[in-house]
Amino acid sequence: MWLPWVVMILASVTTPKPGQYVPLPGGTFASVIGADDKGAPAQIRPFKLRTEPVTNAEFLAFVMKNPQWRRDRVASVLADRQYLSQWASADKLGPGALPQQPVTRVSWFAAQAYCESENARLPSWYEWEYAAAADAHREDARQDPAWRDAVLNWYSRPSNTPLPTIGGEANIHGVRDMNGLVWEWVDDFNALLVSGDGREQDGADKLRFCGAGAANLEQKENYATLMRVAMLSAVKAADTTNNMGFRCARND
Amino acid sequence: MIKRLLFLLASLLLAAPVLADQKPLPGDSVYQLGIKLTDQDGHTWPLAERRGRVQLVTMFYSSCTMVCPMIIDTMKATRATLDDASKQKLDLLAVSFDPERDTVDALHAYMGKRKLDAPRWTLARAKPQDVRALSALLGLQYRQLPDGEFNHSSELILLDADGRILAKTTVIGKVDPAFAAKVKEALR
Repeated sequence: MWLPWVVMILASVTTPKPGQYVPLPGGTFASVIGADDKGAPAQIRPFKLRTEPVTNAEFLAFVMKNPQWRRDRVASVLADRQYLSQWASADKLGPGALPQQPVTRVSWFAAQAYCESENARLPSWYEWEYAAAADAHREDARQDPAWRDAVLNWYSRPSNTPLPTIGGEANIHGVRDMNGLVWEWVDDFNALLVSGDGREQDGADKLRFCGAGAANLEQKENYATLMRVAMLSAVKAADTTNNMGFRCARND
Repeated sequence: MIKRLLFLLASLLLAAPVLADQKPLPGDSVYQLGIKLTDQDGHTWPLAERRGRVQLVTMFYSSCTMVCPMIIDTMKATRATLDDASKQKLDLLAVSFDPERDTVDALHAYMGKRKLDAPRWTLARAKPQDVRALSALLGLQYRQLPDGEFNHSSELILLDADGRILAKTTVIGKVDPAFAAKVKEALR
């Protein structure tokens, strides 16, 4: 009689409750992307971040409530053909998509709509990079070769192996699975490599970009993070990939 | 009785364009994006309300002194290549990257300053996440700099009556003849 209770209590202790947000203090942060053409650090306001990426189970619940985001109904302009194709059907996960796995094959538009349903938004790149720079003991572990190796090692994982479930070790902010589980959408994914220096451009391209500053990449030794920037800059908002999921953020 | 008949007639007239729009939106229409815009007169409406007319669309911000005035100039110049009948069939929409500073009042003032005629011209703002979504859909890039200015790509986008992207141009500062030809064709 008591065994189920023990199991339930143990389960509630060991598995993180999904959909929780924790506060992060923010502040001045040396991003791989300079805030201006002189490599100014980013200023990050205090914000709240979802402790784990959104799971298949959570995204299924969202799709049931918002049928315009079912894979058989979504507008082609908002999600490509691969959208949620790992699910057994438009309203069932099936063996190819475990409830506690992070949802992937979601477009930026779908991720944004999901976050709005939680009264949240997608994190900015700076917020994401800042939260991901922490390990269990330090807010900024990026100078530690062990941190860099761990992140890089994950990138060498073949993309056709099944995704682990959420619930990795929490970092010092109480946030899990920032590195080592999935790629994640950020709000300003399409703005990371906007080069503002129109003066360098010729002919028809001369006036394509407006503005004084330019996106400058800093910390060239931080390959792991630069790979994220490169990947995010290469996708379009309707694209989905096997390993791209997301989590949401809120203003503090 | 007459009043009633008039009312009936009026509601039929009002209903007519709605009925014409009953056809479902194509999947590749930008009007699939469920965002709302607020124009220079403070009216808020769904983006999909632009459906039914050919649109020339761009994104800008009114305090920009570098390329943005030329974006608006290029919109004007492209429109000026059309005959009078076509001019009346084309709507021009510029949505701000900068909802913080581009308030309804600021947009209204910019309409006057640049002599943009309503209702053919519309300047609009949206909440920040909707600005990002629209830019992502149109393929425009922008980021805010620490000094409050924006880096952004500049592009004119031609939409058909159902909101499908027919053509784009990155030529700013002069009329792109190939793009202008597409505009003419869309209004035929």
